[in-house]
Amino acid sequence: MLINGELKYESQKLGMNYFRVALVLFGAQLLMGLIAAIQFLYPGFLFEIFDFSVSRMVHINALVVWMLYAMIGSVYYMIPDETGEETVGIGLGKLAFWILTAAVAVVVLVYIFIQVGPGNESTIWFINEGREYLEAPRWADIGIVAVVLVFYYNVFATYMKGRRTGIMTVMVANLFALAGLYLTGMFFTDNISVDQYWWWWVIHLWVEATWEVFVGTLAAYALVKIIGAKREIVEMWLWIEVLMLFGSGILGLGHHYFWIGTPEYWWEIGALFSSLEPVPLVAMFVHVLYDWGKEQGHCESKGSAHALNNSPAMAWVTANAFGNFLGAGIWGFFHTLPQVNIYTHGTQFTAAHGHLAFFGAYATILIAMMYIGVQGSYGIKKMTMTFKTKMALTLIIFGVLGMGVALTIAGYEQVLVERADLGGGWDAYFIAQDLPWYIQAQGWRLAMGVVTFVGFIYLAWDLLTIGAVESAQEESEGAAAAAAA
Amino acid sequence: MSKKSASVWTSIRFWRRSAAWVTGTATVLLIWLTFDTMGQISMGSDADLAKGIKHRIPAATVINYHVDYQFDQKRGHEVPVIGEKEKFFGKEWSAKDAAALLHHGKLTSQAKNCMNCHTLLGNGGYYAPDLTKAWLDAKWNDGTMTGITGKNTKEEAMAEFLMHPSQYPTHARMMPDLGITQDEAVALVAFLKHMSAIDTNGFPRNFSQSAKRLEGGTHAH
Ligand code: HEM
Ligand code: HEM
Ligand SMILES: [Fe+2]
Repeated sequence: MLINGELKYESQKLGMNYFRVALVLFGAQLLMGLIAAIQFLYPGFLFEIFDFSVSRMVHINALVVWMLYAMIGSVYYMIPDETGEETVGIGLGKLAFWILTAAVAVVVLVYIFIQVGPGNESTIWFINEGREYLEAPRWADIGIVAVVLVFYYNVFATYMKGRRTGIMTVMVANLFALAGLYLTGMFFTDNISVDQYWWWWVIHLWVEATWEVFVGTLAAYALVKIIGAKREIVEMWLWIEVLMLFGSGILGLGHHYFWIGTPEYWWEIGALFSSLEPVPLVAMFVHVLYDWGKEQGHCESKGSAHALNNSPAMAWVTANAFGNFLGAGIWGFFHTLPQVNIYTHGTQFTAAHGHLAFFGAYATILIAMMYIGVQGSYGIKKMTMTFKTKMALTLIIFGVLGMGVALTIAGYEQVLVERADLGGGWDAYFIAQDLPWYIQAQGWRLAMGVVTFVGFIYLAWDLLTIGAVESAQEESEGAAAAAAA
Repeated sequence: MSKKSASVWTSIRFWRRSAAWVTGTATVLLIWLTFDTMGQISMGSDADLAKGIKHRIPAATVINYHVDYQFDQKRGHEVPVIGEKEKFFGKEWSAKDAAALLHHGKLTSQAKNCMNCHTLLGNGGYYAPDLTKAWLDAKWNDGTMTGITGKNTKEEAMAEFLMHPSQYPTHARMMPDLGITQDEAVALVAFLKHMSAIDTNGFPRNFSQSAKRLEGGTHAH
């Protein structure tokens, strides 16, 4: 990931820059998560210095921002492959990257060092907006919109100029919706119900609609690229996925409108459509495995051993296929009916789902894209797993699953005791927080968080070194083969 | 087209058009429902409050009334019940002042980042108790918090707590001092009282029973 000499297109080099920043922010995200997890167990830790609200805010903001970076990086990376063109207006794109990165740095420093402000508009404009996930202050919101406009212009103009593949068509249409949705989270209102109504437009319609479709396009691109899957088949699947994801996800939004002051009819609408949301996730899982199996079969019948030209990336794509289904599909379905959600709403159960879903659906495939980027940067023909790749895969997946299970247990305790038994409220809340099994679960979450973090170190180390190592290997093998011939 | 698809099920064109139609239909439905919901969740007026006309989200002047949370037979869950007039910080607030106070309170809740430890309407962080019905919590009504803050009314006790939370700990996990001023604290209490009057379709469930269920300890150990 350090150099990208073999890349022919500026667009792809810019994509690599986005990946680099994403990786750094991913590390920062995990560190902040560890601080927050420690605070659950030892509430005195950094009390009134770096409070839980701050560590948590930076944790989830770094999460969203690294994912957006990696998403933009992926798009810049795939544009030349898909359209056959250099990105139009790439100079502007590069400028936008530096502006965005500078803005992100300022925002994070303000979060960390200033933290909170007085209760007036200036805080909303310059320090933080205080709305979970969308904390970025107003000035940064406007900056983000400007940068995204540049990005969108780059993508759209290149699409119009070059080859218009199905993958790019979905990408261009979906990005428009994704960017537009951000606007619905940018205003202030005194009415907390109206506030949360629109807040969910951004959060839910991102992660359960537009980001999912984005993952569908990335998976399609990756399958063509890594295993040489047939484009017509992949693109047909992609349209089916779009149909199912938007068909269920858009009105599935209703599962957030059960208790925020909105009318009762959202119970039925939310329950019905969000229950259908796991269906496309199963389909995507089947699709990846099916295509892989099929291409592998072709290769074997032709006598060549391996269909993959990038096994680290394929491993993460597979983790995505399964993780998306598990974290979003299964864990999401667990609490999506109002009859269940009335008790689980806003408990550690939600946190369990949030972790498994964000990781399974997004972190995994974005990591796969980084490996594809490294492969291109060093011109490696067939990239294989190193020891570090395997350590990263194992530890990160094991760690996040472990955290998910621990939080699910904590959530169960909380739901049964605080909510079902005691009916909620201040005392009920703390009685549940003090249950021995709840505390034990928080302990396991921290332990598994450390495992995840160690896995991340392997991941970063691997991404930084695998390119140089394997390209040198291929070169010496090539030289040996030439000498033998 | 030279390569005609064998069946419609393997035709990209068919799936592309279906995807567009389904997405379009879902979007139109969502927008339509949004208009309806916006109508139902816009804030009621002061006049309606005085006449006892219910709104899912009442006017800011609901701070001038007693708020309760009671089981409703017909709906099968608890709902907020707006009762008699009561003083809030020792006075009745005009519609204009109450709206300004709520505005200040909502802004302060964001500026102080309450939502990254607490949940509001169930959304936010899970490090501290849900604030949806905090105004109605037994803690403020049974003398506990008025006792330790040395205040006479619960609004004053809440404001005092918000200004110096770590001086009145109830648990090892304390709320940090966020530099909340007296004015901000009063505004926050108004924001919390207003939120407790929102019709949340019965969330949190059995909240009104909480104090009773806690009596004589709990089996939860
Ligand atoms: C990749 C896709 C998904 C991601 C990244 C995701 C992430 C999240 C996150 C982070 C939250 C918590 C929001 C908060 O902080 O308040 C949440 C809530 C929720 N999610 Fe998902 N989710 C995904 C898919 C799904 C699916 C497919 C379903 C249902 C089948 C679902 C059902 C829910 C429900 C019901 C809640 C509300 C929980 C509560 O009431 O506290 N999610 N999701
Ligand atoms: C070192 C590993 C990690 C630790 C120790 C950790 C810890 C935490 C903690 C303590 C919270 C606050 C939960 C609360 O309010 O009770 C949190 C929230 C969250 N974390 Fe992590 N985390 C880690 C890794 C991750 C990863 C890998 C992801 C996703 C890719 C992630 C996504 C989230 C999300 C979406 C939330 C908000 C959940 C919600 O509101 O429901 N975290 N994390
Ligand atoms: Fe959702």
